[in-house]
Amino acid sequence: MESWRRNPLVFAAIALPPAFWLVLFFLVPLGIVWLYSFGENIDLVTIETTWTLENYRRAGEPEIFTLFVRSLWLAGVATLVCLVVGFPIALVITTSSPKWKSWLLLLIILPFWTNLLIRTYALLNILGSRGRINEALGWLWEMGDGFLTIIGLGQLNLLGERFTPLTLLGNNFGVIFGLVYVALPFTVLPLYAALERMDRSYIEASLDLGAGQLRTFFSVIIPLASSGIVSAIIITFIPTLGSFLTPDLLGRGQVDMIANVIERQFKSANDWPFGAALSFILLYATFFALAARSLLAGRRGREDAEAF
Amino acid sequence: MTDLQGRRAGQPVIAIDTVTKRFGGSVTAVDRVSLEIAPGEFFALLGPSGCGKTTLLRMIAGFESPTDGRILIDGQDMSHVSPNKRPINMVFQSYAVFPHMTVAKNVAYGLKVTGVPQSEIAGRVEEALELVHLGGYGARKPDQLSGGQRQRVALARALVKRPKVLLLDEPLSALDAKLREAMQLELVRLQESVGITFIIVTHDQSEALSMANRIAVMERGSVRQLASPADLYENPANRFVADFIGKVNLFEARVASRDNGSLVLHVQGLGEVRLPQGMGAAEAGRADLALAVRPEKLRLERERPSPERLGFEGQVQQVAYYGETSSVFLTDQAGHSIAVSIQNEGRSTQPMVTVGERVWCSWAPEDTLLLAD
Repeated sequence: MESWRRNPLVFAAIALPPAFWLVLFFLVPLGIVWLYSFGENIDLVTIETTWTLENYRRAGEPEIFTLFVRSLWLAGVATLVCLVVGFPIALVITTSSPKWKSWLLLLIILPFWTNLLIRTYALLNILGSRGRINEALGWLWEMGDGFLTIIGLGQLNLLGERFTPLTLLGNNFGVIFGLVYVALPFTVLPLYAALERMDRSYIEASLDLGAGQLRTFFSVIIPLASSGIVSAIIITFIPTLGSFLTPDLLGRGQVDMIANVIERQFKSANDWPFGAALSFILLYATFFALAARSLLAGRRGREDAEAF
Repeated sequence: MTDLQGRRAGQPVIAIDTVTKRFGGSVTAVDRVSLEIAPGEFFALLGPSGCGKTTLLRMIAGFESPTDGRILIDGQDMSHVSPNKRPINMVFQSYAVFPHMTVAKNVAYGLKVTGVPQSEIAGRVEEALELVHLGGYGARKPDQLSGGQRQRVALARALVKRPKVLLLDEPLSALDAKLREAMQLELVRLQESVGITFIIVTHDQSEALSMANRIAVMERGSVRQLASPADLYENPANRFVADFIGKVNLFEARVASRDNGSLVLHVQGLGEVRLPQGMGAAEAGRADLALAVRPEKLRLERERPSPERLGFEGQVQQVAYYGETSSVFLTDQAGHSIAVSIQNEGRSTQPMVTVGERVWCSWAPEDTLLLAD
């Protein structure tokens, strides 16, 4: 880095192509969408930037506001589930032998090698009313019912008249399940990194001082992994909040998140200005979360510095 | 020593019974070690890195379990006792002072998790901090402390639990030389005032010699000698211990003859040497021996020494000045290098001998060590 700064030509040669790429394919389109968000539809294909705030005002209408709240809630619950499930996984990987460690990490990264669409259709196959889970439950029901008949309790219909499949799709469960499934690797990896960095002797010291495993987990491991936990939350929550495919397919149109509404504005509703405004509200919310985190981290850093 | 022996007649606080530890089936870190440590002892496990001393300590703490053998604390088999249930505490090499807790919270942790009543905790924490001269530091965070202070927190945190045994894993290795010396005296003072058995692991022989009552010198998983510091230094049992503890000059020797009361050796570079028998257990029955002398037992003279002293004439190769002492390196007739340590008693700035000079080097026969292996 230092030598690049001293040699501006080399620095420019290396930095220019990516900078050019970012400006042309990220900042310029983003600017166009930003302008749209202050625009109005003149006719079917023309948008004029009139600097109206109408699109942002419409986002505050109860229908849309509820959608934002629901998106935040779904993403929040999914993030929480990811943490609760991901922390033990990360802990197991950290404490396993080097040989096992690389295999387990591979297992975590493996889903990335398959297209999201295919993985989501696989989930449909598993969760559907005639999916694998219901198939297995149905089989269990048959077995149970048969058993009851054999012991002479068949007439009482203790297990119900017939097997009713569980509804696992088109509701909050299905969407949260899908969101967790997609986001879990993003949660596990930062947690794993934080736990791997942690000096093992802190854990040993806690045990040595008489604390049990559970106490050590809550009093020592979690506080010391807190920065990794915050990273995991952010890296899980932000993409989950903007999820489109998962609620679209697993929600069956019943459980929309904000991205589904945005998509509809750009497609079927043909209301690009409103879609643009919603996109930017989502973007601002994300920025706000990141800014709050770095402010918090900054304050903590300053406190530490002042302490000396 | 008698005092210790008197106590040793009772039950040892720690008994290590033919303990072996193998890692991955092939690496034997600790090989059939048996030790007994008496209550109130300041015991050192000393050896080069990789000799198994830390593994042995971690087995006592319960972080590793022996592949074979047993460890008893106060007569109780610890094989199935987890680390948090053992009546011992440890000071870690990295100190492992919890960075997210204040000093007081760190010290209180071990009491809180074992259900000591809140009313008792504050007093005991303050007392423990006073003991390590950290009174009034309770509200500080560990990152506001120096390395030496953090170590004191680790000590207080372990001692506040009033363990039967305190384990210290290379406690001084992260401190600078001056602080290390002060801390050595401090640890001895602490151990005497609390009366708890201390077991320290170290690779630094001066640390072990200055602090411990007894030292187990380890090499490649085995205890090579178990003795008091002075005994280790003056009567090392083998070449490894002689070489590891302090400095030593070794001469290869062959037994020429044994007759009434004396032993005649043919020594490389010295010729025929006659020693009284009983110079060490090593001599019995062996033909090849090593004759060893400590550098500070050697004397340099310009004239031939009196015949009852052993010695040779050599040439000065190098003089190293250390302040209170100097080391003079000579070559003998066989061409190998001998180190002589001399006390710089006078205020002279001139070296006592000059490079290239021929001088006589001699020592008293009773200062000779005979080593077999």
